[in-house]
Amino acid sequence: MIALEKRPTPSRFWTGITPFLAVLATMIAGGIMFAILGKDPFAAIRTIFWDPVFGEFAFYYRSQLLVKAGPLILIAIGLSLGFRAGVWNIGAEGQYIIGAICGAAVGLAFYPTESFLIFPAMVIAGGLGGFLWAMIPGILKVKFQTNEILVSLLLVYVAEAILASMALGALKNPDGAGFPGSRNFRSYPSAYNEDLIANTGMHWGVVFAFIAVIFAYILLSRHMLGFQIKLAGQAPRAARFGGVNPDRLILFCLGVSGMLAGLAGLFEVSGPAGQVSIDFNVGYGFTAIIVAFLGRLHPIGILLAGLLMALTYIGGELAQSNLGLPAAAIQAFQGMLLFFLLAVDVLTNYRLRFGNREVA
Amino acid sequence: MDLSSISPTLLIASLMVAATPILLAAIGELIVEKAGVLNLGVEGMMITGAICGFAIAVETGSPVIGFIAAAAGGALLSLIFGVLTQYLLSNQVATGLALTLFGLGLSSLMGQSYVGIKPPQTNKLDIPVLSDIPVLGPILFNHDIMVYFALALVVLVWLGLNRTRAGLVLRAVGENHDAAHALGYKVIRVRLLAIMFGGACAGLGGAYLSLIRVPQWTEGMTAGAGWIALAIVVFGAWRPFRVLLGAYLFGGVTVLQLNLQAAGLAIPVEYLSMSPYLITIAVLVVMSAKRGRTSLAAPASLGRIFHASQ
Amino acid sequence: MKRRTILAGAVAALALTGTAFADGHAKTKVGFVYVGPVGDGGWTYEHDQGRLAVEAEFGDKVETVYQENVPEGADAERVITQMALQGADIIFTTSFGYMDPTNAVAAKFPDVKFEHATGYKRETPNVSTYSARFYEGRAVQGHIAGKMTKTNKIGYIASFPIPEVIRGINSAYIHAKRVNPDVEFNIVWAYTWFDPAKEADAATALIEQGADVILQHTDSTAPLAAAEKAGNVIGFGQASDMAEYKPSPRVSSIIDNWAPYYIARVKAVMDGTWESVDTWDGIAPGMVEIGEITDAVPADIKAEALAMEAAMAAGEYNPFTGPLNKQDGSVWLAEGETADDGTLAGMSFFVEGLTGDIPN
Repeated sequence: MIALEKRPTPSRFWTGITPFLAVLATMIAGGIMFAILGKDPFAAIRTIFWDPVFGEFAFYYRSQLLVKAGPLILIAIGLSLGFRAGVWNIGAEGQYIIGAICGAAVGLAFYPTESFLIFPAMVIAGGLGGFLWAMIPGILKVKFQTNEILVSLLLVYVAEAILASMALGALKNPDGAGFPGSRNFRSYPSAYNEDLIANTGMHWGVVFAFIAVIFAYILLSRHMLGFQIKLAGQAPRAARFGGVNPDRLILFCLGVSGMLAGLAGLFEVSGPAGQVSIDFNVGYGFTAIIVAFLGRLHPIGILLAGLLMALTYIGGELAQSNLGLPAAAIQAFQGMLLFFLLAVDVLTNYRLRFGNREVA
Repeated sequence: MDLSSISPTLLIASLMVAATPILLAAIGELIVEKAGVLNLGVEGMMITGAICGFAIAVETGSPVIGFIAAAAGGALLSLIFGVLTQYLLSNQVATGLALTLFGLGLSSLMGQSYVGIKPPQTNKLDIPVLSDIPVLGPILFNHDIMVYFALALVVLVWLGLNRTRAGLVLRAVGENHDAAHALGYKVIRVRLLAIMFGGACAGLGGAYLSLIRVPQWTEGMTAGAGWIALAIVVFGAWRPFRVLLGAYLFGGVTVLQLNLQAAGLAIPVEYLSMSPYLITIAVLVVMSAKRGRTSLAAPASLGRIFHASQ
Repeated sequence: MKRRTILAGAVAALALTGTAFADGHAKTKVGFVYVGPVGDGGWTYEHDQGRLAVEAEFGDKVETVYQENVPEGADAERVITQMALQGADIIFTTSFGYMDPTNAVAAKFPDVKFEHATGYKRETPNVSTYSARFYEGRAVQGHIAGKMTKTNKIGYIASFPIPEVIRGINSAYIHAKRVNPDVEFNIVWAYTWFDPAKEADAATALIEQGADVILQHTDSTAPLAAAEKAGNVIGFGQASDMAEYKPSPRVSSIIDNWAPYYIARVKAVMDGTWESVDTWDGIAPGMVEIGEITDAVPADIKAEALAMEAAMAAGEYNPFTGPLNKQDGSVWLAEGETADDGTLAGMSFFVEGLTGDIPN
C-alpha cells in the first residue's frame, strides 16, 4: 500500500523541485500528444519553451512575455488575497472590463487636450471602476449574504454587454466612419500607456504588477491585515474571536482584487490593446485565477506562474504558425501543464509512505 | 411593437428546451457539490460530452448511443479531476478551471473531422392525442425525450438525496467529511462517484446542445453554458427543485428577451441581453435576504480537501 | 546602453527579414491570421479555404502559415509581428478588429505586405484593405424572401449594429418590400457573431412569432436547424454554403469566396507588382457567390433571382438605387441615383419602412 502522510511543514525541497517535475511530465505527455498529431514532439517542445526566450527572435518575445504576464500577475495578486481569506471573486474579468471602460472614458473625454495629468486621471478612474464593480458582490454579500461567486461571475456577462454597447455607442470613434471601437490611444500621447523603455514591453501595467507583488508580500508577511486574511481563511471561527471583522475583510478583499483587475484593464486598453472594442477582453480575468493557484497564492509564486503562463501562450502561438499545430492542441497542452503542476503539489505537503500505515 | 405576437404557450415550450442543457449540467453539479466537491470544470465536461455524443451519434447513426457516449465521455474527463483532487489532493478551484481549459482543447481536437456534418435526428416524442391538447399539449407532451429525461432526473436526484441511504451518505460526506470518515464511510469513493455522475450529466447537457438544440458540432459551442449551470446550483441553494426553477427561469428570461426583441419592444437591446444575468442576481438577492443566511445552505465541506490523516 | 542594444537588435532583425526576400528565397511565405477556429464552418472556414486555394494554385512556390483563434488587440499585434519576423512576405489579417494592429505592425515592416479584411485604414503604403459587397447577395435573398413568405413576416438575426450588418438588413428589406409591399422585418440583435445556442433561440423566437423566412447575419447553422425543426420555414446559408441543409430549409446562400483575391494578391507579390489598394468586390469578380437556389423555390422566382444576380454581375444593377428614403422619411437617394461607397461603408441608418431603432 502506498499512503500519503501529511508533512508537519511543507517541504522546501519539494516546493522548489515540483514545478520542474511538472514541466518535465507535461513535456513527455504533451510530446506524446504532438507525436500522435503527427508533429515532431521535440521541435514542438523546443518551440514552446525555448524559442520565446532564447530563440532567434527572442528580443521581441521576451518583451511580449511581460506584456502578457503583466495583467495576469496584477489580477492574480488581487485575487490571491481574497482566495486566502475565503472570499471567492470569480468575476475579475468583469472588473477588468469595467476598469478599462472607465479609464478609457476619462481619457477619451479629454481628447485632444494634452496634459501630463490625463494618464494619472485615467489610472484612478480605471482602478475606481474595477473597485466599484467588485463592490456590487461585496455589498450584496455583506448586506444580504448573497453568494459572491455567483454574483461576481454573472456580472462578467453584464460587463460584456456594457462593453459591446460602449464600443458601438458612447465610446465609438467619431472619426471611425460608423465602425465600432473607440479612438486608438496610440495616436493620443497624453493617454497612451507606452513602453517606459522602448521595445521592452515594460509599460506601466507591468510596473504596477511588480509593485503589487511587493506590496502583497509585505502585507502577508509583515502586516496585521495580512495575518487576519490568512487566519480568516484557515480558521474562520478563530478569526472572529480574534477580533477580525468579517464584513470589513470581505469588502477589503473584493475591493482590492477589483481595483487591481480594473487597473489591469486600464493599462491594457490604453497600451497594448490600444482601444475599446467589442471583444476587448480576452479572458485574463479567468486565466488569472489559474495563475493565482499555480503560484500557490504566494506573491512570488504568482509572479513566476504568470510568466510561465505567458510563456506557454507565446510559445504556443509560435508552435501554431511554425509547426502548424492546431490552437486546440496548445489549449490541451496548457490544460495538461496545469494538471501536472497541481498533481505534483501533493509532494510538497505530503510524504509518500510505502507499506502499512502506522496507527497513531 | 406587437406583443400579442408572443405566444405564452410556445414561449414556455421553448424555454424548456433552452433550459435543458443547463439543467442537466446543473443537476449533476448539484450532486458533486452535495458531496462536498466544487468542480468548476463543467464547461469543459459539457463540451467534451458534446463532441463525444456527436461523433458517436454520427458514426452509429443512433442519437441514443450518442447520448450514452456523451455521458461516458463526460464521466471519463471528470475522472481526471477526481483523481487529481481526491488522491493527489490538488486545489479544486484551480483543477476545475484547468479541466475546462483541457476540455475545450481536447474537444476541438476530437471534433476536427466532424465540422459541418448534420447529426442523425432525434425525434420529438409526439404523443398522439395528448400533444394536441391546447396550451398543455405543446408544453407538456411535445418534446424530445431528453427534456423528460432531465425532468425525471431532477425528481430522481431529489428522491435519491432525501429518501435513500445513499443520499444520506452523500450528504454526510459533503457536510462533514471527517465525521463521515469516522463513521466508516468511504469518503473518497463516494466523492469519486459523485464527480463521475456530475461529469456524465454535464456530458449529456453538452450532447443535448450538439445533437438536439443546435444541432451541429462547432468548436466552443457551449459558449459559457457550463458557467451558467454552476451559477444555477448556487442559485438553487443546492436543492433539486430550486435548481429546476433556476434553470427554467434563466432559460425563460433568455428566450423571453429574444421574443421581446423580435416583437420590436422599445427597450435597448443591450439591456435586454444583460437581463437574464441581472434578473438572476436580483432574484438571488431577494432569496438570500429572506433566508438570512445562504451560507447555511451550502454543504459545509464544499471545496475543502479531505485527507484521512490520523 | 541597454536600451540601445535592444533597439539595435530589433533593427538588425527587421533589416534581416526585409532583405531576405530581396535575396530571392525560394518560396513566397504567406501568413493568415484568423479570428475564429478554422472549423467554425463559416467566416474563418472560408478564409482558410482561400488559403488552401493559394497552396493549390502555387504549389511549391508558396509556403502558407496561419494562426487561428487570435483575439483582437494586443495578441493580434504579437501574432502579426511574429509572422513578419519569421519571414512572411504577405500577411492577410481577416477580422475588422485587426485593423489597428495590422497598421501598427506594417509601419515597422515596410518590406512586408499587409492585407486587412473589412477595415478602412491604410496608413502606410504596404497595407491594402479588402472586403466583399455581401449586400449584393442580401438583395437576392431579400427578393426570394419577399416572394416566398406567406405570413409576410421575415425574421432577421443580426449580430452587431455595425455598417456591414445594417447594409445587409437594408438591402434585404428593400428587395423584399419591392416584391411584397406587406412584408415586415423582425430583427433580433444577437450581439454575437457565433453562439449556436443563442442563434437557435433567436430563430425559434422569430419563428414562433410568425416568421416563415429567417435571414441570418451570424455564422452558425443553428438558425437553419431551427427552421428545419419548425417545418415550412426557409433560410439561407451565411458566409459558407451550408449545403447540408439543402434543399430546404436552406434555399440558397451567400458564400464568401476569397480564393481569387488571395491568389491574385500573392501573385502580385511574386511578380513584384503589389500595390496598396482598397478592394471592395461583389458578385461580379466572384468574391460574393450566390449558392445554388434549390427546387424549394418556384421556378419563376428562381429565374428572377438569377436575373438579378446576373445584372449585378454585369455591373448593371446596384441594390441601392433610388428612390430610397431613410427611416425618418427624409430623402436619401433620388430616382435613379445610386449610393456612393462612402455612405455605404459607414451606413448607420435604416431605410424607410423598417421598424425599430438601431441599438447603439
